[in-house]
Amino acid sequence: MNLKFHNKKITGILTVLPENEVNFDDEIDNYDFSRGQSMKLKLIMGYGKRRVVKEGTTASDLCIFGLNYLFDNDLLKKDDIDAMVLVTQSPDHFVPATSHIIQGKLDLKRDMICLDINQACSGYPIGLNQAFMLLEQEEVNKVVVLNADTMSQKVSVKDRGSRPLTGDAAAITIVENSTSENTIYGTTKVDGKGAEALIIPAGGFRMPSTPETAELETDKSGNSRSLDHLVMKGDDIFTFVQQEVPPMIDHLLAMANCDKEEIDYYMFHQPNKFMLKKLADKMGVPYSKMPNNVVENFGNASGVSIPTAITFNLSGQLVKDSYLMCLAGFGAGLSWTSLLMNIGNLDFCETIDYKI
Amino acid sequence: MKKKILDFLTEIRPEFDFAASSNFIEEGMLDSFDIVSLVASLDEEYGISIDGTEILPENFSNVDSIYQLLIKNGVTE
Repeated sequence: MNLKFHNKKITGILTVLPENEVNFDDEIDNYDFSRGQSMKLKLIMGYGKRRVVKEGTTASDLCIFGLNYLFDNDLLKKDDIDAMVLVTQSPDHFVPATSHIIQGKLDLKRDMICLDINQACSGYPIGLNQAFMLLEQEEVNKVVVLNADTMSQKVSVKDRGSRPLTGDAAAITIVENSTSENTIYGTTKVDGKGAEALIIPAGGFRMPSTPETAELETDKSGNSRSLDHLVMKGDDIFTFVQQEVPPMIDHLLAMANCDKEEIDYYMFHQPNKFMLKKLADKMGVPYSKMPNNVVENFGNASGVSIPTAITFNLSGQLVKDSYLMCLAGFGAGLSWTSLLMNIGNLDFCETIDYKI
Repeated sequence: MKKKILDFLTEIRPEFDFAASSNFIEEGMLDSFDIVSLVASLDEEYGISIDGTEILPENFSNVDSIYQLLIKNGVTE
């Protein structure tokens, strides 16, 4: 589906990283790799440092910390928030919506819209799309998009496919109407037939968690997981991304009548370094325009990885200048979504550490 | 080139005799991480980037299939 939005802008981005840092070198013994294989994969995949929450810290905790940081530093006023969209797969509870918990704990006004969206690695462009649509309402002038995930708690310590890559984080993006004329182009696609490629089988209403679903089983690749853990069919996801993302970007740019060379940055979801380099090679995009350094520094925190890539790589630049960016998220669902928009001259663009 | 492919395979999984196997995948000699390592080595050795859509198990089932993959990605003898 093609999307088009007029006169909308991002005015600030903040990434909140948990204070707990785990190093791949300290975890090697958990995985069934030889020492040499581990060192090689570290370079190829980008295994490195991951930020993960301490037990008991939730997505709402990270969001509330970040929002309080913005309030305390006069970067955002509580009463200016007309809508809050939380994109997460790790809600505090099944009921109620975590965005409502955040609204209550921060004592935000009652005359506002709060909603949760269950999306994963496509969560950043999907959250922005929702914000752009909300801004069409006369009484909605400022939308806060929250992306937050703490999926490290759902990945088995013996899962060498997912564990070395998975991090936790939250991001806050402020979206407003713009007085200057602009058009934002987007595309979005889903394929629910691939739902099992990335899934937590147990813990929902279809298969409630029981002592049996918590039992570890070892697959033919040597990964040990339970049904309560995240299961990723890495081969299927890799092929899906390589097949679907490049034509999606070609279509997006054609729709906007824009050449690849005109794009300043391709800020893509950060699954791992190898996948991003393969995408850049296939699309003919230089690595310098498609950062791939989030996994090695912080881990892949699902829908938070795009704003993390932006604040980590461009924090100084984006408060002074503006750049034409192509955003792309892809993953669980299956889902793949893209946006083409100018981002810059921001009121803030920072990465901060969560502290209790 | 086939000798070089065998050298890389042996470097990645020294415990196996790849020359004596007809299907590395079915015989459990290569998993997806080994394929990623092999692709990275081949890309570097031949100055190419093997197309991501062709990184499929069936293209790594034996030396001939890997050889054909390299030819398809522009490597010449």
